[in-house]
Amino acid sequence: MHKDSTNVKMFEVIEEPLSIEGVVAKVVHPHAGAINTFIGTVRELTNERRTLYLEYEAFVPMAEKQLRVIGAEIAERWPDTRVAISHRIGRLDITDIAVIIAVSTPHRAHSYEASRYAIERIKEIVPIWKKEHWEDGESWIGDQKETVAYPTGRPEGLTDD
Amino acid sequence: MIKVLFFAGIREKMDRESVNVNAANGTVNNLKQMLIEQYPEIADDVSRSMIAVNEEFVAEDTVLQENDVVAIIPPVSGG
Repeated sequence: MHKDSTNVKMFEVIEEPLSIEGVVAKVVHPHAGAINTFIGTVRELTNERRTLYLEYEAFVPMAEKQLRVIGAEIAERWPDTRVAISHRIGRLDITDIAVIIAVSTPHRAHSYEASRYAIERIKEIVPIWKKEHWEDGESWIGDQKETVAYPTGRPEGLTDD
Repeated sequence: MIKVLFFAGIREKMDRESVNVNAANGTVNNLKQMLIEQYPEIADDVSRSMIAVNEEFVAEDTVLQENDVVAIIPPVSGG
């Protein structure tokens, strides 16, 4: 099940349906004692509003670059860890998988931490947007935590290259 | 010329994916102000957006070079 990582795209933003097994296979490694997966799915009810379907849009080359940045942040924080992230764009229906994060680590504690870190960072620095379509309207969803433009021109936590 | 890329709600309001503007040698902040003045329909969105130059987030006092590609990044909602 071990894949040669030299030709495998560990971080991708694609229009095709995602494969859990495919993403997991990318992080299988002899050093790993744990593989943790996060699967983001399309939910029907949000704030009592019923979603009919979602649309995801991305600035694809930059989104893949930012996913790689997250991978590098994880590698630095949790040594000997492997990460693969696939995010789907286009029209997604209820229960469809929007994102898969697979993390492999020598010991299981780090696999939970790194996996959570990855999804939180995706929601900060990756240029992907979702649009909710309801029966009586539609709306692009923005970050509801912060409505102020970042004063330094970038979100917190980014390291300088 | 600087190419400015639009996404999501801004792309929809503008009904186009990009515009070219004369903003080389000015700062990112200058460009932001230019867009806010020229396109009032997206003014609020632009002022709430992050700016990426050549696919990297930059500080707003960054000086733009000819042929830079700027992306207006509204609050993201992936994941």
